[in-house]
Order: sequence, then C-alpha cells, then structure tokens
Amino acid sequence: MTTTLWITAIIVAITLGITIWAARQTRTTVQFYAAGRKINSWQNGLAIAGDYMSAASFLGIAGLIAFNGYDGFMYSVGWLVAYLTVLLLIAEPIRNTGKYTMADVLAYRMSAGPVRSAAAISTLTVSGFYMIAQMVGAGSVLHLLVPGFSFKWAVVIVGVLMIGYVVLGGMIATTWVQIVKATLLMAGAVLLSILVLGHFGFNPVRFFDAIAKVVDKKSGLNFTQPGILYPHGKHVALGPLTLDKSTIENVSLGMALIFGTAGLPHILMRFYTVPTARAARTSVGWAMGLIGAFYVMTTFLGFGAAVLVGKTGIGTNNNLAAPKLAEFLGGGPNTFGGELFLGFISAVAFATILAVVAGLTLAASSAFAHDFWMNVVRGGKESESEQVLVARIAAVGVGVIAVLVAINLQTANAAQLVAVAFAVASSGNLPVILFTLFWKRFSTVGAVCGLIGGTAVSIVLVVIGPGLGTPPAAHPAFALANPGIVSIPLGFIFAIVGTYIGEALGGDQRAKAMYPEIAVRSQTGVGAEPSSVIEERIPAVV
Amino acid sequence: METRNRGQGTGGPPVGTETAQTRASQWEVLAASPEFRRLITAKRNFIIPAVIFFLVYYFALPLGNGLAPSLMNTKIIGNINLAYLFALSEFVMAWILAAVYIRRANRIFDPLAAAVRKLAARMGMGS
Repeated sequence: MTTTLWITAIIVAITLGITIWAARQTRTTVQFYAAGRKINSWQNGLAIAGDYMSAASFLGIAGLIAFNGYDGFMYSVGWLVAYLTVLLLIAEPIRNTGKYTMADVLAYRMSAGPVRSAAAISTLTVSGFYMIAQMVGAGSVLHLLVPGFSFKWAVVIVGVLMIGYVVLGGMIATTWVQIVKATLLMAGAVLLSILVLGHFGFNPVRFFDAIAKVVDKKSGLNFTQPGILYPHGKHVALGPLTLDKSTIENVSLGMALIFGTAGLPHILMRFYTVPTARAARTSVGWAMGLIGAFYVMTTFLGFGAAVLVGKTGIGTNNNLAAPKLAEFLGGGPNTFGGELFLGFISAVAFATILAVVAGLTLAASSAFAHDFWMNVVRGGKESESEQVLVARIAAVGVGVIAVLVAINLQTANAAQLVAVAFAVASSGNLPVILFTLFWKRFSTVGAVCGLIGGTAVSIVLVVIGPGLGTPPAAHPAFALANPGIVSIPLGFIFAIVGTYIGEALGGDQRAKAMYPEIAVRSQTGVGAEPSSVIEERIPAVV
Repeated sequence: METRNRGQGTGGPPVGTETAQTRASQWEVLAASPEFRRLITAKRNFIIPAVIFFLVYYFALPLGNGLAPSLMNTKIIGNINLAYLFALSEFVMAWILAAVYIRRANRIFDPLAAAVRKLAARMGMGS
C-alpha cells in the first residue's frame, strides 16, 4: 500500500513538473488548444495511444478476458481495427480543414450558429460520459487498492489534478502527460506479459493448454472459445428478423468501436497538434503500432490472470484482474516483490486515468469555449487573451461538474457509460463528419438533425436497454446492450432525411457553394492552419 | 463571423458580394482541374477498396464466431483455435493495411496534392 502511494506520488510529481514547464509556453489559443501544432508525429502517436488506452481498456479488458475468456479479446481487436477508419478517412481531412475542434470542420460549410451549438452538445455528451466513466473507475479501483482512500477522495484528487494539467498547461501539458502515461503503460504491459509467458516456459502452446483448462460454469465452454460473455442460443427480434443475439451483440459492439473511434472529439483534437496532414497520418501509424501491441498483450494480461490468479483470487471486481496478476507475478500477497509490482501497476492505472481525463477535459472545454462561447455567443469576436481565459474557466467548470457527477454515481457501470460515449460518437458525430467532407448535397439542417438525432437515439437506446441498471432489467424495452447496429444506421438516416427536409424548406446555398472548397482543402491542405512560428507576447493568465 | 468560418483564417469576403462569387468559382475551377482530379481518382481507387476490405475482414470475425462456432473452435496448434488466430490476424491485417496506405500516401498522394497546392498558389488562392 505504501509502495503504491510512493510510486503514484513520483508519477504525479513528474506530471506536475511537466505542467509547470508547459504553463510557461501556453499563452495563445493555438498553444492552449493545439500545443502550437508543434508536436511531431511519433510524439503525437504516443499521445494518441495515451489518450485512447483508458482505464476501461487496461483494467477493463484484462478483467473481461479474465472473467469471460475469448469474448473479452474481441474488444481488443475492435479497438485497434477502428484506427483504420481514422487513418483512411478522417485524420488528414480533419487536420487540413479544422482549427481546434470537430465543429470547425462542420462550420466550414454549414451555418456556424446551429452546427456549432449542436456539435458542442454532442461533444459534451461524448466527453462527459467518457470522463465520468473514467472517474467512477478511478474512484472504485483506488478505493480497493489503497484501503483508507475513500471513493470520494479518489475522484476529487483525480479531478483536481486533471483541472490543474489542463488549466495551467493546456494541450502541451496534456500531450506530455499522455506520452509519459503511454510509456509507463507499455512498459508495465511488456513486463507482465514476459513474466506470464515465463510461467509457461515461453511456450504459447503450453499457455493455451492452461487456458483451455479454465471452464466457464454456466456455459460449459472453456476460455479459448467464443460465446461466454454473449451466450449463443438466445435470439433477438430486430424488426421482422429474428437473429442470434450473441452474433448481433458482437457485430453491434464492433460497429460502435469501428465507427465511434473516428468520432471521439478528444481523439480528433489530437490531429490539430501536429504541423501537417502528413504528420497526422504518420502519427496514426505510430499510434496503431503501440495500441496494437498493447492489445495483443491483453492476451497475456487477461488470460494470464484467468489462469494464474483465477476468479477466486481476483474477487468480485474484474477491474482488479491486472493489478492482482501483477501482485502474483511479483511473488504473491505480502511479499516485497508482490507489493512492488502491485504498487507499480496500480500507479500506472492511476496515471492512465489522469492522462485520459485530461484529454477529455480539454475536448469538452474547447467545445464550450471555442464552439459555443467564442463562435456562437460572441460571434467570433474575442481577443486572443480573452479566448484563452474563457477556455481556462471552461476547463475548471467542466472539471468541477464531472467531479460532482462522478461522486454521486459510485454504483454506475463504467463500461455502460463508455458504451454511451461510443454510441453517440458513432451515431451522432461520424455520419455528420463524413457527409460534410464527402457529400455535396449535405446541409446545415442535415448536420443538426444528424448530430442531435444520433445523440438522442443513442442515449435512449442505452437507457431503455438491458445494461444501465444494476442488476440488469430482465425484460428491457430494447434487447441489446450494444445499440450500434440500430443507432448508427439511424444516425445516417437522420442526416440524410434532414438534408432533404432542408432542401424542401428552401435549401442551404452556402453549404453547396462551399463544397468544392472543402473538397479541395481537405484533400490537399491548401490554406491549412500553419504550425505556430511566431511567439506572440500575450501576458499569461497564470 | 461568416468570414471567419468560410476561410478559417484566410479572411475571404462574405458570401453575396461579387468577390465572394469569384472566389467560390475559383475553388470550382480548382476542384475541376486535372491536377485535383488525378489526386482524387488515385485516392478513391485505393481508399474505397481498402475500406470495403477491412470492413469485410473485420466483421467476418464476429459473424464467424456467431454463425459457425464449431468451425471457429477448430484447434490449429495445440489448444490455439481458429477463433484466436483469426482475431490475431486482425491485428496483422490492420498493421499491414496501415503501412501500405501510409507508404502510398507519402509516395503517390502527397506529390499529387503538392501539384494542386502549386496550382492554387499560381491562382493566388488559399495562402
């Protein structure tokens, strides 16, 4: 326990040092929101990985695999393949046409007031649910790992730190906190993976022999087999079709991951921190290498915990699979090595949460300060120093609200909160981004319908679905825990129907007239926002 | 406001004035130029098949697990089954496709995009 606290304290001290250093170079909006667009591609690759590999994926996937075997690994697969959507369709056009937020790209063609307001709502929804999920996870895990650390205090400490990073150091501090975290997380995962394999003489076949001996009592399947988390044999009616529920849940989950990642505002925002579209592309390459390597290693973390520690050793909270595995590999409970390993992995989990919530705080506050306040309320007329001040105030506001909500949601299911975030990102944001970039007829009404409709339908389907209540409802109004297979097509349909309604109401001449411009700019980078070279001398707020 | 959003910092005049129309038609000229068409055709010919390929490859895994569980449970090496190897191959597929795209973009798409930017500069636009 003291080991955990010491290692955590060292990591926090490093990140605070970074923040103080970053604060000195955070004076202008481009520095605050986009780190001056001076982050190079491998740094951004590490930061994307650090922004993305959340507590849900590190602790959550290891836990899902440890308790459900193969089905948990399906999350790992989707989380990497999703980056192909980002790489092939989204990253470069976003860098070429936007400035700080997702809404910048949309407002290029559409009427700024309505689309920026709608995009601010969807961004705050995605980031808010995601952030609260992380904080609830942080609170419960820290509470269990460090007895005497109450849930409330854990949430408050995470909140204070994340507000500190963002308010003082903006995107520069956030980026470097993410880089430090990604490095620590990779180091931890490599170490544990090697030690797990060492237990099986570095022979994967022997490792899998052991996994095949772990059997799920309910289904009778062993852990190498699909079908434990989403059991076969149940059926679900979707409209006129009756389908195998297990298959539909897995496909639906995959759709939310594959189409949702490219609609996550905190990930999109990272592409504004690099100098060019080419650097954005290369940074996705780096990120995919790291993220993929990490998720392959969840094989060893998750199955390793299942085989070496087992459900009885982990306890009821599957989030503790990775920390308990570390304790076992270090020598077991109450040994020096066990303490040290548990401390290290717990501290890494804590750093993981901090880095992710900092990125989310920045995305949420930029949606409010840049999209809503600066461009809608103030009509784009705000001085540079006022913009940075408003952004900092927004970050404090977002952070405080997140802490207050998280404190009152101790029993919420973190995975379900993340499911809402991915559902909104895939059903609300992605269709609108794609249509803005690639569909000439698309218009303001279509964009607003897509954003609001996609957001609303995602929230409704999760709320009436089986997952949100604890224990889950026996006969939910909507049968699927993963709403993507319904909500994503609906998101596209809302955007299309809205476009035609808009045309019937008189059309959106500007959206059409601007299409050739956004088409050329997004694909070529003509007139893209440059990397900041001039150091403007505006007095820092801090 | 309009001005800021249209040009994202290029500061073009608002829609409705004569200069704005000239400006809009200039982008249309650029969009119709052979340089831009070459870039778009090259990108389209790669990206559309690539997206279809990875979607089919990806969704084949959950569909296979759901619809053909006995096939996916086939043991290949010891207790390592097809379901796991297929899942592992998704990682390899994603890495290879990403590498192929990045290489192609650096070597082929970037020079084509540079040609469009050169043309835009000659037309006096989009600084």
